[in-house]
Amino acid sequence: MSKIRDQATWCSFESGTAPFSAIVRTDITFVIDVQNITKRYGHHTAIDRVTFSVAKGEVLAFLGPNGAGKTTTMRILTCFMPATEGTARVAGFDCTEQPLEVKRQIGYLPETPPVYQELTVTEYLTFVGRLRGITGPKLSSALDQSIGRLELGSVRYRLIGNLSRGYRQRVGLAQALLHDPSVLILDEPTVGLDPKQIIEIRELIKSLAGSHSVILSTHILPEATAVCQRVVIINKGRIVAEDTPEQLSARLRQSEKISITLKTCPADCEMKLRAIPGVLNVLSGQTGGSFLIECELGRDLRDEIARVAVLNQWGLLELRTVSMTLEDVFLQLTRHEDHFSEPAETMVGMASTQRTDA
Amino acid sequence: MTPVQAIIAKELRGYFVSPIVYVVGAVFLLIFGLLSYLYVGFAGAQAIQLMQMQGGMAQINLNDLVFRNLFSSMRIVLVIILPILTMRLFAEERKLRTFEFLMTSPIRINEIVVGKFISVFLIYLGLVALTILVPTVLMLFSDFDWNPIWTGYLGMVLLGALFLSVGVFASALTENQIVAAFISFGMLLTIWLIAGLGNLFGDTTAGRVISYVSYMEHYDRLLRGLIDTSDLVYFGSGLALMLFLTHRVVESTRWK
Repeated sequence: MSKIRDQATWCSFESGTAPFSAIVRTDITFVIDVQNITKRYGHHTAIDRVTFSVAKGEVLAFLGPNGAGKTTTMRILTCFMPATEGTARVAGFDCTEQPLEVKRQIGYLPETPPVYQELTVTEYLTFVGRLRGITGPKLSSALDQSIGRLELGSVRYRLIGNLSRGYRQRVGLAQALLHDPSVLILDEPTVGLDPKQIIEIRELIKSLAGSHSVILSTHILPEATAVCQRVVIINKGRIVAEDTPEQLSARLRQSEKISITLKTCPADCEMKLRAIPGVLNVLSGQTGGSFLIECELGRDLRDEIARVAVLNQWGLLELRTVSMTLEDVFLQLTRHEDHFSEPAETMVGMASTQRTDA
Repeated sequence: MTPVQAIIAKELRGYFVSPIVYVVGAVFLLIFGLLSYLYVGFAGAQAIQLMQMQGGMAQINLNDLVFRNLFSSMRIVLVIILPILTMRLFAEERKLRTFEFLMTSPIRINEIVVGKFISVFLIYLGLVALTILVPTVLMLFSDFDWNPIWTGYLGMVLLGALFLSVGVFASALTENQIVAAFISFGMLLTIWLIAGLGNLFGDTTAGRVISYVSYMEHYDRLLRGLIDTSDLVYFGSGLALMLFLTHRVVESTRWK
């Protein structure tokens, strides 16, 4: 394990602007420690000076649009390819100098589940176990455990070639979990699964947190919110933000937003709402009677709004605060990375009124 | 079970699940049988001619008339058939994206290469073992010396191993199996034809060096019943070189 820097600055936002926030951590043992790795393919730079760490038992989400460099970063961590520059260490072992040791520590699920169609599920997992040097009774118990965990019991004697996409994905996950690795690297683990399975896999990943360090990549944002303690947003090969999902949305929020729905709305109600001290703007929604009220940051005006609505007998049907979803944060960061400190008006308006959740 | 054994077991399983082994095996045995029948037929015709000329029983040499010709003809069969056996080994892994899995498993690249080579070599040994039926049957009807036959078999095994290693190398070069088969076919044919080039140079140093590179003279000596250390070294070093090159190619795919 690498005992790391006393003061770790987590956020590496674009240069030229003040760091968004700096979380200072002390005395934490990092299982994964990536320092300034760069990967170039000829003239194309896939990832550019990426730095991040994962503590023991932490679940980290790698978020980014397609081609952002998520897979490349994972491939470097799993020693599939070496970084052009920089160092990556897993459980204290260097990825370029001690690849075998690193590979032993890692369970890896690549983008495409790495399954052999001509083998049955049991044969495949046995093969994986033997490659990892697990033999005898240990192998059969590991096999039963991972088949049980991913509910593959009903298909264990079937050829993988005949299984559906979802089952293959689960076989791929079973492969990554087979040797109970301390580090799990999952490249889009829930792709191809049905909604019920997605929830089960997320539960599984959550249950691994604490004992295992997990990095998962995804472009499904609620997934990151649902399972991860920390999110790294990567765009065009660079880390643009890194924090907890809640913190990220809080940071990028420009104003408090309150959504209300009224039964009746006379012509003057918008004006009256604007008259409330602290209200910055009132936007009427698509349906009559719904409004999105922007308030000054740090002021909770719910009480006041409710009072005004009752006083005028508008018939208050709904009143709630709107939090910025990770989706908004993501769009804001990846679209306006160059001038994120002054997000465009449109982006603020885009804060969706529903919190998408898993 | 060690990782290498696990790879061998998995590859063997893959061969027997797919139709490749059955088709290649059937064609290989069919041609071997057909060639044996033809050469025995020629030998028989010659024996009858001899008997008519000399009268009485004619003694014909089955070793020369049948087996040497048979093993000699098997060269071209191996050149055509063995690339089909090896083409899937790495190309399929790359096509199906299981290559990344292998490369991120805690095993060395040489273990992967050796495991894959041994698996296909075992299949080839099995096919060659089945052909022993032909001399066994002939033994019932005639008398011949087994020793040159054993050296012929040794030659076929060594030649096959060399061809298979070339095939494994070609398979590592591409993710397209057809292309892999064609590359190894081309390489094997080229090394064959180099012998002709050597003959053009005659008995000069260059001629001898070029002839040494080709497998022709080494194989021919074994068919004549000669076990020469230099021939064994030739096959051994050729095999090692091809497996080493395979290792380099597999290693280099990581950098791309």
